[in-house]
Amino acid sequence: MKSLPLSLLVGSGLTLIFIIMAGLSFVWTPYDVTALNIDQKFLDPSLLHLLGTDHFGRDVLSMIMVGTRNAIAVSIIAVGIGMIIGVPLGLWVAGSRMNGGSFFDEILMRGNDLIFAFPSLLMAIMITAVFGPGVINAIIAIGIFNIPVFARMTRGAAMGLWSREYIMAARVCGKGMWRISYEHILPNILNLLIVQATIQFSIAIIAEASLSYVGLGTQPPMPSLGRMLNEAQTMIFFAPWLAYFPGGAIVTMVLGLNLMGDGIRDVLDPKLRQRKGQDVVA
Amino acid sequence: MKCLLQIMMIWLSGICASFGQNTINLGLQLEPPNLDPTSGAAAAIDEVVYGNIFEGLVRINQKGEVVPGLALFWELSTDGRSYVFHLADGVKFHDGELFDAEDVRYSFNRARAAGSTNAKKYIFEPIVNIDVFDPLTVMITLNHARTDFLFNLGLGDAVIVNESSAANNAFNPIGTGPFKFDKWVRGNSINIVRNDNYWGGAPSLVSATFKIITDPLSAYTAMMAGDIDAFPNYPAPENLFLFNNDANFEVVIGLTAGETILATNNKKAPFDDILVRKAMAHAINRTELINGAMFGNAVPIGTHFAPDHPDYVDMTELYPHNLSKAREYLKDAGYQDGFTVSLKLPPPIYARRTGELIAYQLEKIGIHVEIENMEWAQWIDQVLRNRNFDLTIVSHVEPMDINIYANANYYFGYDNQEFQKIIADIDESSDPRLTSELYKKAQIKIAEDAVNGYLFQLGKYGVWKNNVRGMWDNYPIRSNDLRNVYFEGGN
Repeated sequence: MKSLPLSLLVGSGLTLIFIIMAGLSFVWTPYDVTALNIDQKFLDPSLLHLLGTDHFGRDVLSMIMVGTRNAIAVSIIAVGIGMIIGVPLGLWVAGSRMNGGSFFDEILMRGNDLIFAFPSLLMAIMITAVFGPGVINAIIAIGIFNIPVFARMTRGAAMGLWSREYIMAARVCGKGMWRISYEHILPNILNLLIVQATIQFSIAIIAEASLSYVGLGTQPPMPSLGRMLNEAQTMIFFAPWLAYFPGGAIVTMVLGLNLMGDGIRDVLDPKLRQRKGQDVVA
Repeated sequence: MKCLLQIMMIWLSGICASFGQNTINLGLQLEPPNLDPTSGAAAAIDEVVYGNIFEGLVRINQKGEVVPGLALFWELSTDGRSYVFHLADGVKFHDGELFDAEDVRYSFNRARAAGSTNAKKYIFEPIVNIDVFDPLTVMITLNHARTDFLFNLGLGDAVIVNESSAANNAFNPIGTGPFKFDKWVRGNSINIVRNDNYWGGAPSLVSATFKIITDPLSAYTAMMAGDIDAFPNYPAPENLFLFNNDANFEVVIGLTAGETILATNNKKAPFDDILVRKAMAHAINRTELINGAMFGNAVPIGTHFAPDHPDYVDMTELYPHNLSKAREYLKDAGYQDGFTVSLKLPPPIYARRTGELIAYQLEKIGIHVEIENMEWAQWIDQVLRNRNFDLTIVSHVEPMDINIYANANYYFGYDNQEFQKIIADIDESSDPRLTSELYKKAQIKIAEDAVNGYLFQLGKYGVWKNNVRGMWDNYPIRSNDLRNVYFEGGN
């Protein structure tokens, strides 16, 4: 048994901490995050309030727990939207191109280029500004920009596989395009998808924080890491923990996810694994 | 870092002391859309030009009193309908043209003309006639006596402009004031310079620059770095104590004319029921709001009137914070299980913070509030124009604006004939004592009807270097009149 790469261990460790925190917040937080208590405002971190309290006397740790949960929920759904729509689209256009039709492929890929041409965060801000701020619209806005990422990646990887002999064999056997895509292509690109999903997940967390920072994401009273950062801005000179902790949470979570993505790729990607093996021999 | 800042401060103050400072940098949070107070409603216009570039016949000083302006003195006829203004002699506009009674006639006729874009045309509505007796005497006749006419003439909307330059005032304002417009760098700063020929004696400042700083954090760093000498209305009340603890700065907490209210859509169920509005009034905890949202720096109000006004009636104890009473009223109204409403919040930080607290307070009596944060454009469109809202929080910054409650089509939709009669009587009244009584009656009426939730009077948070003198402490009107500003120890 080969030892797991360090990045995977550290990354999944960090991610796990946040997942546990988020999961725990469903059943328990140290304090109620919707209860405001002005008498308790700006308390330094202490044993009573591990990460201090904010300007409304809310417990920062509890807010970070719930904020993390919201960020993770938004990201899971947004990345999910991207995968559920993007992957079949990619499979479809790759399959139809390899079966002689390039019309839809051209349309889809140029459409992809179009979406890629806009900075995704700016477009997400535009979408939420037009359709109103809120979690649902934030999810949709982030989700839309995940579609082309997955569509393009799936298409590229699938095209490479369609020329393989075993696909040829499957076609000779009379399997249809969708069946081949599902039974032979998808399992072979799954590792790529998982790695990409992890990376997209971390991007989605930043996107959610950014939208909330400008007031377009999660709405009060639901805590959100981005909004906590925004509110902490003018208080940073006398209550710096209000900025340090949510900021640190975002950084750590994104770092953890990226490390985990790298680690998964190292483990799953046979090409990489092989090359590494050769390196060792050489 | 702190040490470095301190060294810089000492170095800077050294420079100032040795040369005697006579230019000032002021912080301004909102950039004015233009610089013509007679065509725009934005308070930011007056914050730059009122009293500095433009002057009216009378002026409003920082105590909210009417003092002579371009009219040195005036006589009021016994029926209270005609004012004879005696104008200052030898006054010149900044472009060199002479000011006389014809300019008064032109300015007021322009403001009340059919196509005028003046934001407060009501000021000029009672005017029947403007007679020019001679270049320095003008008589204004009203359809009936109005006790608020002189005060209104002191507002930025009633300043005197010159016919030849009036059309360009939006971007090249030409007035008679102690300062001349110099330049405007969009998004950055507006510069005005001393009018050496000012008829009332030139001010001590040679020039003043209004620097536009929208971000509260930048406001703090700009003050600390010494880029700004004075922030007439500092945007983040939570930072005031930092300046208070710093001997280099002076903090003056004054009042504005801004009644901050929980505006309630009186035409929409369930708020058309006075019991519901009373329940909400009992659920509001003003102390918590002021401590939580304004960090203690605001004055509670119980009606729509400035608490520093002599006619103010303290109605804050009419519906004291009392949750059981609030629940009782809700029960009487048939809403014992509560209901869900939306609260649309405009961008200012006071509205956003107060909104979160209000939502929390109303939740306690079973009213579930969904907060919707929006930009000004959206807010004006949805709330102010189309009255598509349940609740909102906003500060009404106009002075003496209780008459908005007489307008049944105003956004909160208060349609009460008794109240409308009171305001009509105020308009008709020529007796100051009666007017004062009527204003009190009006305040009590809207407080009893719990038209809106009356929260607090917005403070004016003045922060300036400890050697700045002569800044306004209060904002009876939105003005940063710089004529008396100077630096202690300067020349």
